[in-house]
Amino acid sequence: MSQLDKLKSPTEHGRFLSALIGLRDWVDARLPIMVTWKKHMSEYYAPKNFNFWYFFGVLSMVVLVIQLLTGIWLTMNYTPSAEAAFASVEYIMRDVEYGWMLRYLHSTGASAFFFVVYIHMFRGLMYGSYQKPRELIWVFGMAIYFVLMMEGFMGYVLPWGQMSYWGANVIVSLVGAIPVIGEDLLIWVRGDYLISGATLTRFFALHVVALPIVLIALVILHLLALHEVGSNNPDGVEIKKHKGPDGIPLDGVPFHPYYTMYHDLAGIVLFLFVFCAVVFFAPEMGGYFLEVANFQEANPLKTPEHVPPSWYFTPFYSMLRAATFPLFGLDAKFWGLVVMAGALVLPIVIPWLDKSPVKSIRYKGMASKFFLTIFIISFFILGYLGMQHPTPLRTLMSQVCTAIYFSYFLLMPWYTSVEKTKPVPDRVTMP
Amino acid sequence: MTDDSINAGRRRFLVGSTSVVGAAGVVGAAVPFVGSWSPSAKARAAGAPVRIDISRLQDGAILGPIPAWRGRPIFVVKRSAQALRALNEDPDRLTDPYSEEPEQPNYAQNEYRSRTPEILVLVGLCPHLFCSPTPHIELRPQSFDSQWRGGFFCPCHGSRFDLAGRVYSGSPSSRNMQVPPHMFEGSDVLIIGIDEENAA
Repeated sequence: MSQLDKLKSPTEHGRFLSALIGLRDWVDARLPIMVTWKKHMSEYYAPKNFNFWYFFGVLSMVVLVIQLLTGIWLTMNYTPSAEAAFASVEYIMRDVEYGWMLRYLHSTGASAFFFVVYIHMFRGLMYGSYQKPRELIWVFGMAIYFVLMMEGFMGYVLPWGQMSYWGANVIVSLVGAIPVIGEDLLIWVRGDYLISGATLTRFFALHVVALPIVLIALVILHLLALHEVGSNNPDGVEIKKHKGPDGIPLDGVPFHPYYTMYHDLAGIVLFLFVFCAVVFFAPEMGGYFLEVANFQEANPLKTPEHVPPSWYFTPFYSMLRAATFPLFGLDAKFWGLVVMAGALVLPIVIPWLDKSPVKSIRYKGMASKFFLTIFIISFFILGYLGMQHPTPLRTLMSQVCTAIYFSYFLLMPWYTSVEKTKPVPDRVTMP
Repeated sequence: MTDDSINAGRRRFLVGSTSVVGAAGVVGAAVPFVGSWSPSAKARAAGAPVRIDISRLQDGAILGPIPAWRGRPIFVVKRSAQALRALNEDPDRLTDPYSEEPEQPNYAQNEYRSRTPEILVLVGLCPHLFCSPTPHIELRPQSFDSQWRGGFFCPCHGSRFDLAGRVYSGSPSSRNMQVPPHMFEGSDVLIIGIDEENAA
């Protein structure tokens, strides 16, 4: 019996409530709303020892909603054509009521999306959330990350500024590095001999229709897989091992209301404070969220002095540039593409690279802590280098950091199996 | 007469054959979707040759990247005698000093990579990732190269090219800049996109 049922009374108020309950039951007899609510919310038992790092999955859902909503509103005034796109963005910024706010919410949302997703992924690496039985959650998560990268890239092209154009030029031309078919494939992807209006309109279609559908489908799969096996936690202990007489994990609490109301809501509010501060006071973020060159319309005849990609791509961009010499008769550009693609694809198989008997970094050995630390440091350095002009010293640094990035993954089967791990507690620990 | 037993062989055949026919149908249906991404008739028509007046181009000066052919920036440089002498002083610094890779029409596969020694015509795009290199045609040291003999420097990834568009070793690009098909009409007009071998 729910609380609504208890409120049944002959007063008018009561009659209204019982009508509502009647409606709910009518729907429930035709659609499994109550079972679904219980399975995924009120009777989904999450470990009680979630900490700070566990905000970011929910936050990425919040940002997804922000992006969908503001994105739909932006399409109402945006014109997808090489002739009119730049002017229509200026129209949105200057003439459309609240247009500036919708656009800044969307552009800041793109950066916020990567910010929360990167932390979410770091959490997964730190606590071994990808380990058995959560491999598929990780794989879906990586797929979400790839779709996000495509969304971010194509979205950046739409305003048709200088950085949109030349950024698209550089990234799309990577296709041309594929041996034999590259050149023809490149023309096919661009729909022209160079990035042009044809490229812009297909990116628009993918950005606003195709990829969001894929993204939402992947998020649903990510969550369904998560709720099937249950959440990991900072101790990496399986809470399902110890159940009470009622069959409920002793260390679990119902996701709703314990996490929704008492944990995540506070996090969402705090996040929105920071997010709105950026939207209202620093939407360009000194050129990192919206680059200076993008305030000029695309000019196919003039490359900007410096074409750094958006900050969230720069680590991979550095790795692309780190390949500077030909090998096995194939040129450096091709190897740059291989290195970058490898850096993106390799994390997918991490569930099968980690041979450690424990999940959480709390109980792993020194080697895992060391490699995770230098991995994160090198990722940050690569991110910084990707925004800078290349010099011989910086290229050398990016080569060293690329090697560290790869060694984190490729040496993982070795260092996770030889290191000495700490004993894992039987139950979760509370701070 | 009825026979309720399952004919496994026939069932396998039916599942197999419908799968094959279905897959063929999917491939057929994909053709218009895939084909739709190729350049449209309009885009193909826009790739027509362009004519450029080079009568006022001074020695040691560059025209461009104003003219465009197929939407690509074109560099036209009139090289000075000094620049021409400097071109082949130190071929060891170049990746492909003798233009052996097919990045130019046959008539430009020579020591100057041009039809007439002075006039250099290049597609102003770095073969690495299609940024447009910045011309630095003066023969004096630059921050990116202390022995600079004039040429093009790509600000995106640091590729360096000499005044014939040939790439210096150690650049991200491993190929020379492209020389487009071109021809002269008298001494004043340069036509890009057409030559004796390539009709428009």
